[in-house]
Amino acid sequence: MNSKLKILLVDDEQEFVVTLAERLELRGYQVHIAEDGETALACFEPQAFDLVVLDLMMPGIGGLEVLPRLKEIQPDIPVILFTGHGSTREGMEGMRLGAFDYLMKPLHIEELIRKIREAVPSRTS
Amino acid sequence: MVLRRLWHKAVNTMLTFPEDSTSPQRYVTLKRNIILIMSLVCIVPLALMAGINYSLYRVNLESEIHRPIQVMAEDTRHAFELFIEERLSTVRFIAGAYTYEELRDDHTLQRVLRTMRSEFVGFVDLGLINKEGSLVSYAGPYDLLGKDYSQQPSFQEVSVRGVYISDVFMGYRKFPHVVIVVQRMAEDGRTWFVRATIDTGRYEALIASMSLHPESDAFLVNPQGIFQTNSRFYGKILEQCPFPVPPGIHGTHTIRTRTPEGREVLVAFAPVRSDYTLVIVKPLSVLLRNFYTLKVEMLVIFAVGVVAILLAVVGVADVLVQRIRNADERRATAIQELQHTQKLSSIGRLAAGVAHEINNPLAIINEKAGLMKDLVDLAEPFDRQDRFLTLTENILQSVERCKAITHRLLGFARRIEVQFEELDINAVLQDTLGFLEREATYRQIDMQLHLDPALPPLVSDKGQLQQVFLNLLTNAFAAVENGGCIRMRTQFDPRKKMVLASIEDNGCGMNSEVQKHIFDPFFSTKKGSGTGLGLSITYGIVKKLGGSIQVRSEEGRGSTFTISLPLRGEAMEPQNTDTPQNKETP
Repeated sequence: MNSKLKILLVDDEQEFVVTLAERLELRGYQVHIAEDGETALACFEPQAFDLVVLDLMMPGIGGLEVLPRLKEIQPDIPVILFTGHGSTREGMEGMRLGAFDYLMKPLHIEELIRKIREAVPSRTS
Repeated sequence: MVLRRLWHKAVNTMLTFPEDSTSPQRYVTLKRNIILIMSLVCIVPLALMAGINYSLYRVNLESEIHRPIQVMAEDTRHAFELFIEERLSTVRFIAGAYTYEELRDDHTLQRVLRTMRSEFVGFVDLGLINKEGSLVSYAGPYDLLGKDYSQQPSFQEVSVRGVYISDVFMGYRKFPHVVIVVQRMAEDGRTWFVRATIDTGRYEALIASMSLHPESDAFLVNPQGIFQTNSRFYGKILEQCPFPVPPGIHGTHTIRTRTPEGREVLVAFAPVRSDYTLVIVKPLSVLLRNFYTLKVEMLVIFAVGVVAILLAVVGVADVLVQRIRNADERRATAIQELQHTQKLSSIGRLAAGVAHEINNPLAIINEKAGLMKDLVDLAEPFDRQDRFLTLTENILQSVERCKAITHRLLGFARRIEVQFEELDINAVLQDTLGFLEREATYRQIDMQLHLDPALPPLVSDKGQLQQVFLNLLTNAFAAVENGGCIRMRTQFDPRKKMVLASIEDNGCGMNSEVQKHIFDPFFSTKKGSGTGLGLSITYGIVKKLGGSIQVRSEEGRGSTFTISLPLRGEAMEPQNTDTPQNKETP
């Protein structure tokens, strides 16, 4: 019954990440939380997740460093980026590194869902 | 003491160039002081030189004018003395050459007179006076025979001195005459006198031979100051001369005096024997005529010089003060620009800090409220469920508004970091347009692209440029009605080596008052929905990229924003981004 889409949610703001995870779970996704870049890389392995939602601004290893390393592990993994400070450039930079798209915090849950569906069309429930 | 203080104050006022005041009065004062000082420095030495020249020349000239009149007086005196001496010798000769008896004879006397008159001009008659003073023999036009001279002063004088020359007197025919009497003492002790009358018309001839200037005068006076010849201006013969003859002079003597009419004259006195004084009167105006001409010429040159100096001084001061004024104005504008940029940059930094701090909690509020909404949505129907839903919805809407603000604020601060790369501005514009295509289609806005395909490659920051275009396009979208038109144009200005990109809309436009403030942070015309940061950010970015932004707008007709970017952008510090040329983009 592994039809649920598995999402790795990486963000250092605990209150934010927990709440968002709950909301996604309410919408039928299986969400795994990592609160920093190191944890995310540690738990990430090929085919373990269908999608990664990654915050760009984190203490330690930032999103723009985590992203290429995720891609190294699984080149076709779709990654949706969060940018915390309204910058299109970091988002663009992320896109250049192979991210699927980027969203700005605070975000619309509907928009995130839409991006997720666009990123993983085959698994859309 | 008071005077000294006043003088100090005047000098200080004149020499102080006010620095503090910014009023136009300052430039008026400055100009006045420059003109005053420069004029003084130029004109005072000129006036001094002219004055010294004038007085020196005058002193020289005065000594110069004395000499000719003295020479002339001397010459004429000699002529007079010679004339009188000649007549005297003639009479003496006759007195000596003829005996009393011979002269007693009328025929002889007539002959002698005829001879004298043919040889010497001026003799009128000839007479013989015996020692008793009675005229015993006479040749001439008058009937003087038998006249007794013994009681006359002339007779007394000739008895003592041997010679007598009378003052001029009017003879019987109303001609001025002079009488010469010579005493003769024979070897036998007898004494007699020879008397001759001379017509003084010769005196006039001698004076006429001086060929005097029409305004000058010359005449003879006796020691009592009675005219012995006619004067042109000062009286007839035998009248009193208005110039007192200095007594006891030897040689020629000149004085400066005034005529009875008050005219300044130079008068030369030359004693002729001891009997007369020759007086020459020359008006100073005649003597100094050359000097007056020179004076007038000097005055004219001086005046022309002063006028020229004043014109030059005023012209120079004008240019100078105008330059200073322009420089001051440029400086003031530059300072204003600088202050504006610094204001922008500090607001930017502050805004970024605040926004960054707020954005994270905002994201949490957003998620929490979202989760609340989710939970309420999924829950069994309960009391006031709709109310909960509306409330959470309100929270989410407020978060949305906050988000718009924080994103703008962050964008405002982002111009601090710039990354230059070679890019094609057409491509950047088209990329940015991609973000807005859906809205354009939806609102049926006519997007016209006039892109110059031959633009040279530009070194600039792609992300920042996207932000600029996005901001300008968002504004254009907000300005136009549905179905409006937005025209985008790129071109290259080879003269300034700038790439120009313009975004033109046919929307609502702006009045000039709004145009003045559009680049100010937090100035917005979109009531409620705008943060007032879009154009401020845009302005900051364009400046940061080394370019400039111009706006042309007409209320009701639309606006055109044009950005000019250098081919090679260089990161500039905010302090250096201010140049007066950018004045139109405050």
